[in-house]
Amino acid sequence: MMERDPAGTGPAALPVEWRDFFTLTKPRVMTLVIFTAICGLLAAPGSIHPVLGFTAVLAIAMGAGGSAALNHWWEADIDAGMKRTANRPLPSGRMRREDARDFGVFLSATSVFVMGVAIGWLASILLAVAIVYYAVVYTMWLKPRTPQNIVIGGGSGAFPPLIGWVAVTGEVTAMPLLLFAIIFMWTPPHFWALALFMKSDYAKVGIPMLPVVAGERATRRQILAYTVLLAPVTVAPWVIGGTSWVYGSVAVVLSGLFIALAIPVGSREKADGGDLMAEEKTLFKFSIYYLFILFAALVADRVLAANGLISAGVLS
Amino acid sequence: MTPDEEAEYKRRQKGRNLVVGGVLLFFAVLFYAITVVRMGD
Repeated sequence: MMERDPAGTGPAALPVEWRDFFTLTKPRVMTLVIFTAICGLLAAPGSIHPVLGFTAVLAIAMGAGGSAALNHWWEADIDAGMKRTANRPLPSGRMRREDARDFGVFLSATSVFVMGVAIGWLASILLAVAIVYYAVVYTMWLKPRTPQNIVIGGGSGAFPPLIGWVAVTGEVTAMPLLLFAIIFMWTPPHFWALALFMKSDYAKVGIPMLPVVAGERATRRQILAYTVLLAPVTVAPWVIGGTSWVYGSVAVVLSGLFIALAIPVGSREKADGGDLMAEEKTLFKFSIYYLFILFAALVADRVLAANGLISAGVLS
Repeated sequence: MTPDEEAEYKRRQKGRNLVVGGVLLFFAVLFYAITVVRMGD
């Protein structure tokens, strides 16, 4: 097991480096998963022992890593055809496909077990759903079939704050569902901005990303539409009384900026020849900051409220 | 297997053994801590 065999059939040579297993977990994506999970945990009403809180975040990170490994296993052929992913452990021949699959299944199953035993079975079930959602619904089913893959698949990335929240409270209420909805609505403009300047790669391997199938113009309109639809969802936690004006004002400003940056991207017909897609790249970068700042504001709001420095909000 | 390949083989295997050992130790400590916290509930 775990030996180098590019063709998947020949004799074993060298053991796989442990770093390649780590690479399978998509550490950079996991940063956002861990951050939003911690935010869900900290923003939830009530408290959790630090050891249990750490375990909950660890289980979420392991689940994300496991489903990412399964994504590597399933998409090895696709990855081999794209410059951005060709050097991953599987397409580069540094690891056998079965090893990535086994590693992904083991990590996923362990994460669900740890969450169930240490935290609770509702959080554990949600984690299992998130893993299946990403590895099966998105990776195996939607991504190769429909240009709407990102819209529905975005749900898998929306689970961490929901699970973090449920780890503390043990129940699914309006606030964690809104946190889910924020990431769900944020994913299309975030990813399609990236797809606009990466589309040649996706076209090469036949993945029906929106810019490839519907064209650049339709993608730009959809980016703008989802950015506008995201704004009320982002502000909703404040409107329903789940947060105070601290989060509300940050949400309003960030939403305004996001829309302002999406307008030039959405209103263009097509990138000009020799265009460096500067506006699209700016929108993509901003979308990352947007989510980090928004969730940080949510935590700050809840911490201030918990310490009696601001009004707590109707739902608290 | 040449001496260089053998040295590389041992280096990789040692690295993996250390990581697996560290992970197992980490989980042993973590589960001990979880048990202590849970018993205090």
